[in-house]
Amino acid sequence: MTNLLILPILIPLLTAIVLIFLSKWITAQRILSAVSAAGTFAACMILLRTVQEDGIQTLNLSSWQAPFGITLVSDMLSVLLVSTSTLITFCVILYSFRSIGKQRERFYYYPAIQFMLVGVNGAFTTGDIFNLFVFFEVMLMASYLLIVIGGTKIQLSESIKYILVNVISSAIFVITVAFLYSVVGTLNMADVSRRIAEIGQPPIITVIAVLFLIVFGIKGAIFPLYFWMPGSYQAPPVPILALFGSLLTKVGVYSILRTYSLFFYHDQPFTHELLNMLAILTIIAGVIGAIAYWDVKKIIIYNIIIAVGVLAFGISLATEEAYKGTIFYLIHDMIIKAALFLLIGVMIKITGTSNLRNMGGLIKKYPLLGWTFLVAAFALAGIPPLSGFVGKFLIVRAGFAEGAYIGSLVVLLSSLFVLYSVIKIFMNGFWKAPADYPGEEKQPVHYLWMPAAILVVVSILYGVGAEGMFPLISQATDALIDPAIYIDAVLKE
Amino acid sequence: MKTNDVILQTASKVVFFIIILFSIHLFFTGHYHPGGGFVGGLMTSGAIVLLLLAYDIETVSKGFPIDYKILIAIGLFFAAGTAAGALLFNVPFLTHAFGYFDLPLLGKTSLHTAVLFDTGVYLTVIGVTMTIIQTIGESE
Repeated sequence: MTNLLILPILIPLLTAIVLIFLSKWITAQRILSAVSAAGTFAACMILLRTVQEDGIQTLNLSSWQAPFGITLVSDMLSVLLVSTSTLITFCVILYSFRSIGKQRERFYYYPAIQFMLVGVNGAFTTGDIFNLFVFFEVMLMASYLLIVIGGTKIQLSESIKYILVNVISSAIFVITVAFLYSVVGTLNMADVSRRIAEIGQPPIITVIAVLFLIVFGIKGAIFPLYFWMPGSYQAPPVPILALFGSLLTKVGVYSILRTYSLFFYHDQPFTHELLNMLAILTIIAGVIGAIAYWDVKKIIIYNIIIAVGVLAFGISLATEEAYKGTIFYLIHDMIIKAALFLLIGVMIKITGTSNLRNMGGLIKKYPLLGWTFLVAAFALAGIPPLSGFVGKFLIVRAGFAEGAYIGSLVVLLSSLFVLYSVIKIFMNGFWKAPADYPGEEKQPVHYLWMPAAILVVVSILYGVGAEGMFPLISQATDALIDPAIYIDAVLKE
Repeated sequence: MKTNDVILQTASKVVFFIIILFSIHLFFTGHYHPGGGFVGGLMTSGAIVLLLLAYDIETVSKGFPIDYKILIAIGLFFAAGTAAGALLFNVPFLTHAFGYFDLPLLGKTSLHTAVLFDTGVYLTVIGVTMTIIQTIGESE
């Protein structure tokens, strides 16, 4: 079927439209959004098989030939990311049933989630740089609604900052695309790559590369541009936070990965060195935040920044092994961050606070929750059989092979601080003296634990089955190492 | 003293139809001349806004008993449905079809599925603009 690779975008889009009609019937909304997310995931799996067997899939929308129309490209990297984000969205939808509250559900919560999935999946799949911008906006518009939905005071004040920052970065994105278009005269990503290779990246292209780094750095929260994130992500309720933390920043990282491997690989001593330094600073900034706070949300939010730093470091090395590690770590991080946010969401539901100093003793009543959290924490830090290990190991090994000793050591040391920051949650939240929390009996703890547990199990399987995942990751890496594979698949030469 | 805006209201009634006709003209001429769904939709909602200025929200919503949020969904459905229709024929998404037909009265006319897509844009634009204006107007 020619249109297979648009299904992960089209199914959520049609669902979102139908959900607008159903805004008054909450049960119907819940059933439809869960079923459609499951269906999208099934479509992703079929697409994954197809890409694995037949190589990169492309679709020229409206039947216009490649550089002239919009092309959607599904290589292994994007199909892996699309599957991961759909799975996460599915779990978050399940989690929302009992936690988000009727008032928000009636006010277009589920359509917003579906529209956000449209944006994320579209951004991962598109092969056109301006179309990437459009999908970014689809995703961001939905996230504006999600961050402000409910209208509490903190949400209102933080959403203003969030929208302001993103409007500015989107404007820079448009300006950058305009620069790029005026230099190379095309928007199709494969064609852009070919033309940059023809002119051999003159300085103006390097300037554009840095501008892209600024744009995607704001979206993805790398070092000097992450300032908006800790505050904004703290405002919305936990399921929304889990979606943001696992998907939004990763789209920025994916865009850096795509542009820096496909377009701007001719002047690596400058662009990749810059990215390298920013990555190290990002890790350090994230570590400082992660160990400084006693607020569970803040701790995990700063862990996002650390992970973005590690990923950026992997991208900056630009060797085959480093790319493998980056992709492995990217998928692991999306899953485990969503799981951690959902788990601390359960903790916040039970205790009614996000302050770690006021929690304690949860393991007595909720052993299952406690041990799940511990496994997730170990996976995040990268303890060997679990999923965080392989990616970080490959990145660090590639770093040493490339002589990037400082960066590799920072990555290694950061794991220690990551472990410290999440174990702090475990020791203070689950151990210590038990306390009584008013209203905890009424909370649907076991139900809320379930979607998080699904993600943790997936992450364990991903870590234990790293051997099985490896062919897929290698296939994803091939197109990054050798842009000719991508270009040939799109332009059919 | 009670204000009397009989001139405004009478003029609006006449001008409203002229604007609506012009917006429909803009909408249908979009393929060959400047215009299309977006500007057509904006102008239609402009006409409704004129009525809102001349009368009040209740009167206008009695005249147009439409939930504009549903109108957005209908518009999106038109656009996405036209694009997804390509799936039925196993051609790439968004592929359009057109043909020449001999219609009574109009004679030989070219019909293009892009008009359906444009209808979606038209309805969505009206829906969004009117939702914004009505929501702001109603909130205290």
